[in-house]
Parts: sequence; structure tokens; C-alpha cells
Amino acid sequence: MPGKTHVQTTINGEKVDFLCEPRQSLLECLRDVIGLTGTKEGCNDGNCGACTINMDGRVVTSCLVLGVEAEGANIETIEGVADGSNLHPLQLAFLENAALQCGICTPGFIVASKALLEQNPDPTEYEIRFWLANNLCRCTGYDKIIRAVQDAAKRMQEA
Amino acid sequence: MTTADYERNMVLSTVDYKVIGTRPVRHDGADKVTGRAIYGADFDTSGLLHGKILRSPHAHAKIVSIDTSKAEALEGVKAVATAADFPQTDDKKWVRDNILASDKALYAGHAIAGVAAASPHVAEEALALIEVKYEVLEPVLTTQEAMAKGAPILHEGLTTQELGEDSGVVSNTADHFQHEKGDITKGFAEADVIIEREYDTAMVHQGYIEPHNGTALWNTDGRLHVWCSTQGSFVVRDSLADLLDMPVSKIRVTPTEIGGGFGGKIPIYVEPVAAILSKKTGAPVKIVMSRKETFEGSGPTPGSNIKIKLGAKSDGTITAAHAWMAMEAGGYPGSPVGAAAQCVFAAYDIENGLIDGYDVVVNKPKTAPYRAPGAPNAAFGMEQAMNELANKLNMDPIDLRLKNVAAEGTQRVDGPTFRRIGAKEVLEAMKNHPHYQAAKAAGHGRGVAIGFWFNIGFDSACNIAVNSDGSINLTEGSTDIGGSRTSIAMHAAEVLGIPVEDVSPSVVDTDTIGFTAVTGGSRTTFATGWAAYEAAQDVKRQSIERAGSIWDVDPDSLQMEDGVISSKTDSELKMTFKDLASQMSGTGGGITGRASVNPSGVGGSFAGNIVDVSVDDETGKVTVDRFTCVQDVGKAIHPSYVEGQMQGGSVQGIGWALNEEYFMNDQGNMANSSLLDYRMPTSLDLPMIDTVIVEVANPGHPFGVRGVGEANIVPPTPAIANAVFDATGNIMTQLPLTPGSVLDSGK
Repeated sequence: MPGKTHVQTTINGEKVDFLCEPRQSLLECLRDVIGLTGTKEGCNDGNCGACTINMDGRVVTSCLVLGVEAEGANIETIEGVADGSNLHPLQLAFLENAALQCGICTPGFIVASKALLEQNPDPTEYEIRFWLANNLCRCTGYDKIIRAVQDAAKRMQEA
Repeated sequence: MTTADYERNMVLSTVDYKVIGTRPVRHDGADKVTGRAIYGADFDTSGLLHGKILRSPHAHAKIVSIDTSKAEALEGVKAVATAADFPQTDDKKWVRDNILASDKALYAGHAIAGVAAASPHVAEEALALIEVKYEVLEPVLTTQEAMAKGAPILHEGLTTQELGEDSGVVSNTADHFQHEKGDITKGFAEADVIIEREYDTAMVHQGYIEPHNGTALWNTDGRLHVWCSTQGSFVVRDSLADLLDMPVSKIRVTPTEIGGGFGGKIPIYVEPVAAILSKKTGAPVKIVMSRKETFEGSGPTPGSNIKIKLGAKSDGTITAAHAWMAMEAGGYPGSPVGAAAQCVFAAYDIENGLIDGYDVVVNKPKTAPYRAPGAPNAAFGMEQAMNELANKLNMDPIDLRLKNVAAEGTQRVDGPTFRRIGAKEVLEAMKNHPHYQAAKAAGHGRGVAIGFWFNIGFDSACNIAVNSDGSINLTEGSTDIGGSRTSIAMHAAEVLGIPVEDVSPSVVDTDTIGFTAVTGGSRTTFATGWAAYEAAQDVKRQSIERAGSIWDVDPDSLQMEDGVISSKTDSELKMTFKDLASQMSGTGGGITGRASVNPSGVGGSFAGNIVDVSVDDETGKVTVDRFTCVQDVGKAIHPSYVEGQMQGGSVQGIGWALNEEYFMNDQGNMANSSLLDYRMPTSLDLPMIDTVIVEVANPGHPFGVRGVGEANIVPPTPAIANAVFDATGNIMTQLPLTPGSVLDSGK
């Protein structure tokens, strides 16, 4: 087994260094090395979206990124979405629209939706459905999630 | 897509309360939108080891030998477990063998051995070093194959229970039972029209996004502590006690947050292996399944072979009905065919009926519950047959159903007589709905169907401690998969007349609360909600008594309403619950309420769908364009979460109808064990799911609750098949309705 690699990143605005094996995914590094367990594993092959993070402005499934590939990257996870103790409008909208049931997919949906609203502040229902099609939810049937994103867009425009 | 010109998500309420029926933000919400909630795989503790499980590549094989020596020698490996490490009690062999196979592998994915190591990667490397010698046998993969004469036998010790008696015949049919009412021969003779058809459905998975997981610590004091995602912490405790042959008092199960279950997280899989590995190493061991393992090594719901025969008069009155249902149990007996038999004809008042059920072992994973287990399979046949009957009689399909609808006093073919139910009200709400009234878009097909689930009661416990500021801490044992902490808390808030925000609900471990059965059977809000209601009544009673002692008056002269204790006779005597709480210390100490219930007044639930689809002429692809779910829930405690259950169940039904199946090769290996190839619906595949909450109060619950989780998955598969028939003229006898099968069935 080769030795561990030293990786320097910025995570949720803070400089974070970690050591990882070449075979460890960024998801595994976030969860098991750094201790940020808000990012979830549902499939480990890029098909469920539970591990969605924002990496250098792109929405990625962190299970398909190696930890060593994160060198120099600017990463945002679910833990960085709220502004201190103030929830993001998406988080409020998810709560008030009952857009989660078990909640395991919720971090991925919120991170993905935040990226959508940053580039398209007033998306149509179709645009929301298209953007979120890589995030699986098995509990809600998506209806209340779509409505929560619409509601958050409205809150953010009014703010 | 149709633009709704009416109020969507209607709630047809009959009774209003102060807290019940409102839509508060859930108590665990902030943790779940910030990533702070701790699910099973997130759990960590000092000195944690990681476990992995070796699984059989063969669907049917004798295990000749297992050599673990090379794996044990790998640096970083701490222990290896096999079936030989379990206490060898005779009566638990099949249960034990499904956790770790001893003499035979009965499905591809069957667990053979477990490894604990310093890292999950080392444990995985070690799996490759375990040498298992198999004698590969021919697999049987469907009920038809398994029931055929001369079929390979899964269990030499399995003899068919034939109508309640051991036939002594070794076969793959574990059980054949019958329910009979009236005389179907007479009934079919009286019929003007007879419909008879055979249907097949594929094995499907619950598809929860969080894979199975469990961490076990077998402590030096001989006590076992397990942390896991489960639908029932007490089920885990009791199952472990059985398997490990130890008293329940030595086992503590702490349920973590759970990422979906839908029935699939009632059985245990990795927990006993983690326990054995922990016993061997003295360290805590965590095992988390991969997605592939979750498909191949947990419990999906069966494929089935179903024959429905219906006879009716020309006015639509059903004169006789026969259902013949064979369901795949998987590697060991125990399919949900019994539950299917309770549901198949439940929506209708049938004078002459016969139900044959067959529980059949096949070389596929041992099936587990999945949301109204068995009922969707049965409805796929029955509700299509009803559609065919309506077409043959040239009747409106809802009118045909209303003509035969079951009501209070109707005796089901399987025996029980209904108390107040809402089947008629559901059908009427469907008929009156703007969706059903609207003209179909050109080229679209429309289908309807209804479905039933009986719901269950069982044991639940709840404790309430009053805080000095008048808030309450509520502890209960039902793991919360979809907001049940809040719906349970709302019961207590309603009774005490306090805001639900003043209730702090916690789901606690098996050492901390009385026995509580699974989160399943649509029982959680019904039964644990009832326990909270009773515990709050206990608090209310004690609060009145305490006020009586403070005021030195007879407590019988006092009342408590809307959070205020007052005298019925003296208008000067008045105190809020908050005031009383602030005086508890010094007037007798803290007030705690408690209750354990086993409610018998369970009320079954009916759900109905109206579905519009379009079918691509060239490819056969079916698109759901509009979908309405109507359900009698008795009383919606938290209407948003009730709608969420209805929408979620509907969409699981849509996936079951159109995409989902265990695609097995002829050797019994699942060819699509990823979430790419096992295609669950995405947001892009769906329209908004409109809901209508019907409230026909269940007389067996203080607020009329029936339970809402399951009935909604029953009607989608036949409603969609009926819509495809409406669009194409093709009768769809197989699930899923893949594009190819939609095209082929027209030939």
C-alpha cells in the first residue's frame, strides 16, 4: 500500500488539510477523514446524488472524485450552506414545505438546488426537475421538493 | 401537462382541532437540512473497526468448505466470522442461515462470511482471500419454475403445508392456503359476463437511499450495544437475542436516524455479523452495505404469478371472484401472499369468493416487507380485471366499483367484517375530482384503480416529563422515517392545549422506553400517537390533581382546557399549565405521564388513483402526464406529511409500474444491481402528484386516525396499466410495463 498523500483544500471557507490514500474517494475523505458526515453515501457510483457537493463552482457527486483530486479545490458541503445560525432560504423552504421525509437525500438536494438558484434565480418547474434529475429521493415523489425550490427562489428574489 | 384550474391538494376535513390538522415544522428538521442528523453510517465511536461481508456469487450452491486462514493472516484484519460462530440452536436455522449461510447458498448475494479490519478497504481485500468451495446447483428463479414437477429443491427439509396440514411432500411450495366465502361455482353460474386473466409481476426493491448499516459493541461486561438504522429497535433487540441465544436484558439497541425503509429495514442483516465480530475482537465493529449488497443481500418484495377470475351480472353486480396467487418468498419461506389475500378483494362486497395463496421459495433474496406488502401485486391483477369488466359491460369504471363497493358490515372473503371504512367516499371523491371530470388530452389514456391496506395496531409506549417552564419532553420508541416525531408530539399538544413547539420529542433506545413495535404497517402515528395521547391524558389528570391540592379543592371540581386549569364552579380559580409547571417543585415534585398501549381499533385505509398517460407509438415509452391520489386517512394529523406519504407511495408505484424489476440472468445473478440500471423515478420522469385527503374518521382512534403510509402504493400499477389500455387497447399482463412490452402486447 502506497503512503498517504497530503491534500490542501478550502472547505466551507476554511483551509483544510488532510491525508488520504490514493484509493479513497473525496466522499470518504469528507466523511471518515475530515468528519463532515452531512454528505451522504447512497450508492458510491454517482447515481443517487446523496453525496452531492459543490467543487470549484461545479455540482459533483463526491463519490466519483478521488480525495487526491481535491488538491487546491474550493469545496462547499451541506455544512456550509447555512450562514452561521441563519438557515439558507432553501433550508427554510425545505422545512416549511415538508420537502423531506427521511432526510437522507436532503443535503444533496439542497446543495444541488443552491447551485441552480445561483445561476438561474427564477427557474421553471421543468428546469428544476431537469437540474435535480441526478438526485434520487425515494420518499417524497419530488412534488414538495420542487415546490420548496420554487418557494426558495421566490424568497431569494424578494430578499 | 395539464394546468390545474382548481385548488390542488384538497383536504376534505370533517372535524377541526387546535393542533391536529395544522402543519408545523418538524422538530428534527433543522438537523436534517444542515447535515447534523446522525444516520447509521455516520455513527462513530472510539476504536471503531470496519466490517465487510463476503457474498455468494451463485444463486444455488452447496457450501463444501470455507477457508478463512489467508484472510485472517492479512495485516490489519482483526477477525473473520462464519455461520459456525452462531449458537447452533435447531429452531433458528433458517433465520441464522439468511444472516450467514451454513450449508447452502440460496441466492446470489447470500452472505457467507464477515471480516473486521482497521479500515473498510482492508476488510474488502480480505474478502478476496477467503476460499469457499461451492458445489453449484441449478437455480429456480420464478414461482412457475419452482412449482414445476421435478424442479430443483431448495430445502430438503421443506414440506408443503397444504390447507393447514403438513402434506409430508418435499417441495418448493412452503404453504398453500385458502379463504372461501359462499360458493363460487354457483356464483360463476349466475354470471352474465366472466373475465379471466393471468398476470405476472417482477421482484422489486424498496429502494431506500440509505443502505443497511449497523455498529455493534460486545462489551467486556457481556452486554451488547447496537446502533443502526432500523424500523424497529425492539425488533433488532429481540432478533439478536434469538440469534445469539442471549436474554434481551443484555442487549441495548440505539436507533440512529434512518434513511428510508418502506418495510425493508424491519429485518436485520449486518447487525448480528457486527456483533459476532465485536465479540471476537473486543472492539466496536461497523458494517455498511454497498448499494449492490443492498439489492442482492437484503429483502426485496416478491415477483408473483396471479390469476383472477370475475363473474358479474350485466348490471355490474359481481357474482363470484377467484384469486389464485403464487408469490416468491426468496430463499426461505415467508412471502407476503397472506397479506395479499387480505387485500385482493377487500374493496368489494363479494358474495361468492375463493382465494388461493401459495408461498414459494426461489433462488432470490429472502423477501421482506415493502409498503403494503403483497397488496400491489394482487391489485395489479384484480383492478385490471375490474377495468376489463367495466369495458365489457360498457360501464364507467368508477361506477362499476361503486356498484360493488365494500362498506361497514361487509364481510371480506378472507373473513373479517369491516367496521366504518371510506372506500365509497374515496371513489366518490375520485368521480367528483376535476381530474376525472376533465377531458383527456388527445392521444392520452386515462386509468383508475383503488387499493386497500388493513393497517396494524400493536404495542407502543410513551413517556412525558413536564418541565418547569410548561414545555414537555416526550420520549417514544418509534423510529422516525417521515416526520412521525412531530405527528406523535401533536397528539400530546392537542390533549394538553399547548403549542406543539412546546413539545420536545425524542426517539430513544430500547433501555429507555417500553416495548414499541416497528415503524411499519402504517401504525406509527396511529399507535404511538395514541400512546402519546394517553400519556398526555395522564399528565392532564395529575395536573388537575396538583392544582386541586394547591387550591385545596376537590380535583373533580376542576377542568383543564386549552392549557388552562380552572374551577367549574369558582371563576376566580384559574391557572395556566405553565403556571402550574413553575410550581411543581415544592408542591409534590415533577409531573411525569406514561402510557403503553396495544390498540385494537385499527382502521383500514383505501386509496384511489386517476392517471393520464401518453404512449410513444414508436418506442412504447409510457409517460405519466397527470396523477391524482385520493386516500381515506381517517384524520390527517399533519396534512403535509400525509400528502408526502401519498405522493411518495404513488411515485414508488409509478416506478414499479414502468421501470423497476430485478433483472436476473438465467444463472440467477441480478444484472441491474445499481441505481443506474435499476431505474427508480427521477424528478424529470414525473408530474406533480395531486392529492385529495378524505377523512372518514376511524371510530377506533381518539382523533379518528387510520394510518396513511401504505394503501397509496396499491393502486398505481393497475391504474397505469388501465391508462395504457385506454391509450393503446393493449391489456398489460406483466410488470413492469417496459417500452418493449407495451409494443409487444399490441401484437
